[in-house]
Amino acid sequence: MAEHPVDAGTVQTEGAVEGPAEGRGDGPVEEFAPVLGGSLLGESWRTYRMVAGMWIRSTMTYRASFALTLFSSFTVTFFDFVVILLMFGQVRGLGGFSFPEVAFLYGTTSTSFGLADLTMGSLQRMGRRVRLGSLDTFLLRPVPVLAQVAADQFALRRLGRVLQGLLVLVWGLVLLDVEWTVLKVLLLPVMLVCGALIFSAVMVIGASALFWAQDAAEVTSSFTYGGNTLLQYPPSIFAQDLVRGVVYVVPLAFVNWVPALYILGRPAPAGVPAWTVFASPLVAVVCCVLAGLAWRAGLRSYRSTGS
Amino acid sequence: MLRLYMTVAAGGFRRHATYRMATAAGVFTNTVFGFILSYTYIALWDERPHLGGYDQADALAYVWIGQALLATCALMGGGFQEEVMERIRTGDIAVDLYRPADLQTWWFSDNLGRSAFHLLGRGVVPMTVGAIAFDITLPSRPSTWPAFLLAVALGSIVSFSIWYLVAMSAFWLLDGQGVAQVAWLGGLFFSGMLLPLNVFPGALGEVARVLPWASMLQVPADVYLEKYEGWGLLGAFAFQGCWAVVLLAAGRVAQTLATRKVVVQGG
Amino acid sequence: MTFSGAFGEAGSGALSGSFIELENVEKVFSVRRKAGLVRREKSEVRAVDGISFGVERGEMVGYIGPNGAGKSTTIKMLTGILTPSGGRLRVAGIDPSRERTRLAQRIGVVFGQRTTLWWDLPLKDSYRLMHRMYRIPDDRFAANLARCVELLELGELLDVPVRQLSLGQRMRGDIAAALLHDPDVLYLDEPTIGLDVVSKARVREFLRELNATRGTTVLLTTHDLTDIEQLCKRVMVIDHGRLMYDGALGGLHEAGESERLLVVDLERELPPIEVAGARFVRAEGPRQWLAFPSSASAAPVVAAVAAAYPLVDLSVREPDIEAVIAKMYGERELGARAGSP
Repeated sequence: MAEHPVDAGTVQTEGAVEGPAEGRGDGPVEEFAPVLGGSLLGESWRTYRMVAGMWIRSTMTYRASFALTLFSSFTVTFFDFVVILLMFGQVRGLGGFSFPEVAFLYGTTSTSFGLADLTMGSLQRMGRRVRLGSLDTFLLRPVPVLAQVAADQFALRRLGRVLQGLLVLVWGLVLLDVEWTVLKVLLLPVMLVCGALIFSAVMVIGASALFWAQDAAEVTSSFTYGGNTLLQYPPSIFAQDLVRGVVYVVPLAFVNWVPALYILGRPAPAGVPAWTVFASPLVAVVCCVLAGLAWRAGLRSYRSTGS
Repeated sequence: MLRLYMTVAAGGFRRHATYRMATAAGVFTNTVFGFILSYTYIALWDERPHLGGYDQADALAYVWIGQALLATCALMGGGFQEEVMERIRTGDIAVDLYRPADLQTWWFSDNLGRSAFHLLGRGVVPMTVGAIAFDITLPSRPSTWPAFLLAVALGSIVSFSIWYLVAMSAFWLLDGQGVAQVAWLGGLFFSGMLLPLNVFPGALGEVARVLPWASMLQVPADVYLEKYEGWGLLGAFAFQGCWAVVLLAAGRVAQTLATRKVVVQGG
Repeated sequence: MTFSGAFGEAGSGALSGSFIELENVEKVFSVRRKAGLVRREKSEVRAVDGISFGVERGEMVGYIGPNGAGKSTTIKMLTGILTPSGGRLRVAGIDPSRERTRLAQRIGVVFGQRTTLWWDLPLKDSYRLMHRMYRIPDDRFAANLARCVELLELGELLDVPVRQLSLGQRMRGDIAAALLHDPDVLYLDEPTIGLDVVSKARVREFLRELNATRGTTVLLTTHDLTDIEQLCKRVMVIDHGRLMYDGALGGLHEAGESERLLVVDLERELPPIEVAGARFVRAEGPRQWLAFPSSASAAPVVAAVAAAYPLVDLSVREPDIEAVIAKMYGERELGARAGSP
């Protein structure tokens, strides 16, 4: 990255903000501590909380409207599940999976997707900011741009999706007839968190593409909303090429299918090896790194073209 | 005057035609969703081969019609109403109301143009992909195609009239977002976008099939699938037409009241 | 202008040159245009085409030029938003494109047409965010806020949601927001656009005060020549991406010999007005336009007209930047257009 010092600049904020505004001479003031990825994450999280907090307070100035949108967010995501309920009103199983099993798949992916949507969902609207040039304001501040964009228009109402996902997950867990082991119990929260990270990474990659193609936000929906819908159903009902695609190409299968099928005591999808059951964290990390690189490339392109 | 509205409609068509990237992205997304839904429907109809009077090929055709009409009939919003509501919120609407052109007819024409573009730009490709990738029902009679197009046109008009009413609500409600959300939810559920309405159980299904939203997807799909014969087909059109007239009239009343309100309050 | 010395290359090291320093800075955009149905043509646009200048610490400089001349591209490069395609650029010894976030602590930016305040929240909430975002020490924040509140008369506005503020109030709020972290440099892009006369005067007064007491370096882009007249000793004119003029405002007047316009509404159509100290420009029905030098007072001209002609109404048009620049190049036609209603 030596030839792209842009990134170094972003990270060096750390040093600058530690000793703010002291000694305003012309000389170099700030000493730069060795920068670790961790501090960028910390700074991003701090920024995210600040900006999201402002949006929450803005939202709360219209309480009635907030209540209504929270309700509708909950309801619209519930519709997804109504479809499944309606289906199971007509049949006893889908692709050989029972209702509790499908509810479990639904609950896990919806919770993960809901968390990602809650935290990163605003990214899909960034195209507008790029087009109008209002993204520039974010670049003027001494805090990470991605955190600012992700927290922009933070909508607490998206919590509705998370709540609904959790509700169905609990429902599924109550009905499920599974032999729980310690490993399986531990795998469940890991799966939810990693799933959220994988979805978030996809959203960041999609947003990075908006630097080049501002109107292409809907393509990302195919992978986020579409992926979420896909993962709500058992892999056995889909064409095996499609299943292989979400294992090896866009690794959404690691959001829930791979680990969830292990918990359900069923064979892994697309014949993946047994150890991959625990590979979700690894996949999540790889996705996040790729997302970070994509974002940097996108931002760099924006700053050189000002598109 | 008619000429003006035709120009507006052509403008609506062209305005949406300029967003090529967005159109391509939309086609991609519709196609991906078409695939996912197709497999879930296959699983469902595997278990229950004649569910709702559809065979599997009918059900798959239904999926792809839904994707093709998603933008055309604004099944999930995204039409003109946001722009109108924004103009109401900022007060710019007063300017529109004083224009010689009628507000409702103006947006009606604009929406017709938009709808036509979306049918061509976002409808044809997913439908074709669906027909190639899956074994979907194709109409047996050539005359079904014009009947389908008429049903789609009527569906698009009903969709417009609902969204126009939603937009008008912004005159009375400080934040019209809530009404838009409810309309969005209603449309999503009762248009048959989630599952064909004839799969809905019992009373829920019966109610859903007579609500205006049924005009937007269920009726056009059934026309395409040749579920109506002879007088039944006319009945289907009459169903859509009645809702269109009633809702457009309601929109007209709302607009008149709103105009009075704007004139009295000065904006 | 001096350029960086031996230790300038270190990147963040002190430069022996000016506080803001541009050396042959270029920005080239490649634009794709539709050519035929599908084909797209690529062409290059040199938005900034080799600009060099230096600004000393504590200077207050006007940066003007017609729309699309390259002004905002320059400002974006100076703030680190855009990466230059070529040349060398330093602000307070920092290379903006390499150390954008470090630079952010040292600069304040106000875009006249784009507020950074939070629409639905009270003004003070936006300031609290700045406090945390820039990690401004509490005491310094309190002191800066108190000063801005006093000088910009924001006291009663702090608890008002921004959406309820008038344009002028919001602009004052925005300026305060840009100054809470004690920036060394303030970039202002059209800070008085759309403001009424009183608000304009208040903003200008504040900027003068800021520059005089804090030594803040100010770079100002504007279409309003009065902004420049009242604030800046030095003006730079940019056009077609090149620096066309850099010097005192007076020199610009000489170069352009700017004129103000007196718009006279008469009771009826009359032959061209002839009075001393003004030149007839044109007439349109009972309305006539007279030009007189910017340096001269309007009073004698007005008095002369009023004495000799049946007046209905009068107004004075300030010379517009565009008109001045146009005249500078002898493009009289453009100037006349800018001066006409």
